[in-house]
Amino acid sequence: MSDALLLEVRDLVVSFDGVRAVEGVSFEIAPGPFGLGLVGESGSGKTTIARAVVRLLEADRGEIRFLGADVRRLGRAALRRYRQSVQIVFQDPDGTLDPRMRIGAALAEAVTAHRKLPRAAVNERVDRLLHEVGLEERHRRRFPHQLSGGQRQRVAIARALAVEPRLLVLDEPTSALDVTVQAKVLELIAQLRDQHALAYLLISHNLAVIEQLCEETVVLYRGRVLEVGPTEQLLNRPAHPYTQALRAAVPDLEPRVRASAAAAAALPVRHETARCPYYTRCPLAVERCRDEQPLLRDVAGRSVACHRAEDALAFAGHPLHLASGS
Amino acid sequence: MKLALRDVRIAFEGRTVVALDALDLAENEIVGLVGESGSGKSITALAVMGLARSLGATVTGSIALDGRELLGLSERQLRQVRGRRVAMIFQSPVSAFNPLVRVGDLFVRTLRVHGVDSTDAGRRAEDALREVLLGPELLRRYPHQLSGGQAQRIAIALAVALRSDVLIADEPTSALDVTVQAEIIELLRMLRERERLSILFISHDLAVVAQLCDRVAVMRNGSIVESGTTAGLLRHPSHPYTRALLAAVPRLGGGRTA
Amino acid sequence: MTDVAFSEAELAPPRPLRRLLRTNPLLAFAAGLVLLLVLVSALAPLIAPYPADAGNATHPLETFLPPSWHHVFGTDPVGRDLFSRVLYGTRISLTVAAAVIGFSIAVGLPLGVAAGAFGGLADTILMRVTDIFLAFPALLLSLALAAVLSPSVTNATIAIAVTWWPWYARLARGTAASVAGRPFIAACRALGLSPLRTIVRHVLPNSLTPVIVQASADVGGVILTSAALSFLGLGAQDPTPEWGLMVNQGQAYFPTQWWLVTFPGAAILLTALAFNLLGDGLRDVLDPRRVVGRT
Repeated sequence: MSDALLLEVRDLVVSFDGVRAVEGVSFEIAPGPFGLGLVGESGSGKTTIARAVVRLLEADRGEIRFLGADVRRLGRAALRRYRQSVQIVFQDPDGTLDPRMRIGAALAEAVTAHRKLPRAAVNERVDRLLHEVGLEERHRRRFPHQLSGGQRQRVAIARALAVEPRLLVLDEPTSALDVTVQAKVLELIAQLRDQHALAYLLISHNLAVIEQLCEETVVLYRGRVLEVGPTEQLLNRPAHPYTQALRAAVPDLEPRVRASAAAAAALPVRHETARCPYYTRCPLAVERCRDEQPLLRDVAGRSVACHRAEDALAFAGHPLHLASGS
Repeated sequence: MKLALRDVRIAFEGRTVVALDALDLAENEIVGLVGESGSGKSITALAVMGLARSLGATVTGSIALDGRELLGLSERQLRQVRGRRVAMIFQSPVSAFNPLVRVGDLFVRTLRVHGVDSTDAGRRAEDALREVLLGPELLRRYPHQLSGGQAQRIAIALAVALRSDVLIADEPTSALDVTVQAEIIELLRMLRERERLSILFISHDLAVVAQLCDRVAVMRNGSIVESGTTAGLLRHPSHPYTRALLAAVPRLGGGRTA
Repeated sequence: MTDVAFSEAELAPPRPLRRLLRTNPLLAFAAGLVLLLVLVSALAPLIAPYPADAGNATHPLETFLPPSWHHVFGTDPVGRDLFSRVLYGTRISLTVAAAVIGFSIAVGLPLGVAAGAFGGLADTILMRVTDIFLAFPALLLSLALAAVLSPSVTNATIAIAVTWWPWYARLARGTAASVAGRPFIAACRALGLSPLRTIVRHVLPNSLTPVIVQASADVGGVILTSAALSFLGLGAQDPTPEWGLMVNQGQAYFPTQWWLVTFPGAAILLTALAFNLLGDGLRDVLDPRRVVGRT
């Protein structure tokens, strides 16, 4: 029943700068309140996916369906309407706002982007948006450089909300912020999710952030999905060796010595060959991994692309392995 | 005390941005300096290297390396200290390298500046790369041909090749993937043992600092609000800012809040 | 405990003009000089002691008079008061500069911004057109125009303008291209704003700074070029009180009647200098975010 889904991505392939950044990625987002986390490191393709979903980039192949409609084939008018339903918040708080425009004007522009409103109504909406993201009326007259990074990111969120979207794509929204500021912005996102029954695609390299805000998580590596499933299960009992490595690598506040992660990574090179993309770094790799690319299959309640997923789950408690020993 | 900072005041155009009463780094110790942006941690690191003045800052107080006062040294004397005694690595290693110079040449040039002859330099470069778990073939590469993790390892290898005893690391892992970050932290730990390095590790990430450092100092608005052993600070933080920092770190296992 | 002055969230208030000028003495000086020149240009008829001398008047009995109280800059070979002529010359020079630069911006800025913002084919076509115009040296074009039409200030202005605007197109294009790559422009697209609106309301205003700085520096360049053209006989003709022409007319009598060359020459120098300094000062001022000791 794909009409019940808000966003459905199937076998997405995207090239970027001549390189295949996204290779056959599929995932689904239910109507809000719902959060899907896209976690991966650099080169995983997560930002490329975000941009393809909002059509800032054109995908090569695959489907992106919003409420059943194929987003890739939208005509100009329909695309404008799509832009009203799906919005994006970028990572960099410094470049995300026009430095020559006051905050109030920027928000007013967003509010009137898709409909004409009398001045008073626009101002009222702008004030309401500012309040929603924890800012005040007096911030309307400020320029971006007169705000802190966290405040600018709040404005970016307000701008995205101005058109009343049903889906929000958040591309590393807090990575460039200080940790105390980050916590507040994440809180804000949680609040807005409840207030607006918002659905979002949250992209992050930080597993803890994903855990806080997302029901389901997709683990990406070099453009492919390695594991996808309910966040709690995925993080507590990761079935893919890469997910396990990610989990183990997250430094937590317990001052403990950890087993070292796999040896130095190879230079990022795109291999079109039919083998597991994680082969060169995987501690569980065997010959089959080099010869045959693992497809996603159901293991322990989620989809995992690994020939040895069952072994990975079993080894999860082993001290010599990169497990989260808890 | 390997490195001792006392009453250090750093000012820009009359505005004091750092007012640090005391900070110590003992031999073979890893001390973490934690703070958010604007806390003054990076400018403090630059001041130790004598680089703050070129940015227009005035530095007063005492910064002593093995008992020898660094503030007030001439530029020539400082150049002998930099690299040779105190090495520094930065957040973005690739941009810290000259893009037109191959890695191997960078090693040889730097070592020769510090009085090592060419053949010796070549050998030391290879040894240093081995220490950081990289193959010698990387010496022929240009900086843009390195991954972030490799570049950072090479920056560390330079310090090893120069046989520095103090390493100042300014957010060395902030721009790296989390798995690569874990590797670099492990590498630093190993080098501390093997080379008896003393490391001043600067970061905004309390969790990373908790993994690596023996002692931690928390900076805010230019001064240290709390310092102590890592374990002590994490379990019994006394300053409200430290508590706020700890509370703000997103923790795994915290479950969903939305 | 500490006397630290700032924190992350400190908001900088907008800078009042007075403080701006005080912290930037170069800008203040240059701005003052430029203002003076503009005033002189506007009030020339009122300030000049012998306004008729800027036109057709001749005084055969008062030729080659050295500087004195009656004639502050002396008189020229036909007896005209040099001071009045130099003052009126300010009008001509500033008008020519305004015309050339105004035209260059009017044509070059939209073309350049469009090329930079759209990229692709539009960019290639526009830039090739620019290249064609860039291939013309101002001098050759003026020679050609002078041969076809009669040499005059107007025709010299046209010649200079035609060869000047491509630089602005290039400059605008470069800036616009880099602005178009910034996240807030992508945000405009994501918001559903039309490309036209995005370019006009967002790319253009952010592409202005280098153009404005270049424009003020170029005033000096235009004046020098027009003076050079007049000097070669291709621009202003007698009795027009154009500075370059005056230098041309006076050079034969140098150094005995030194004032004929010195005062118009000094005027050219001073004006070019004033606008160059203004350009330098503006560059510092127009991007007020200075990074001081970021930690």
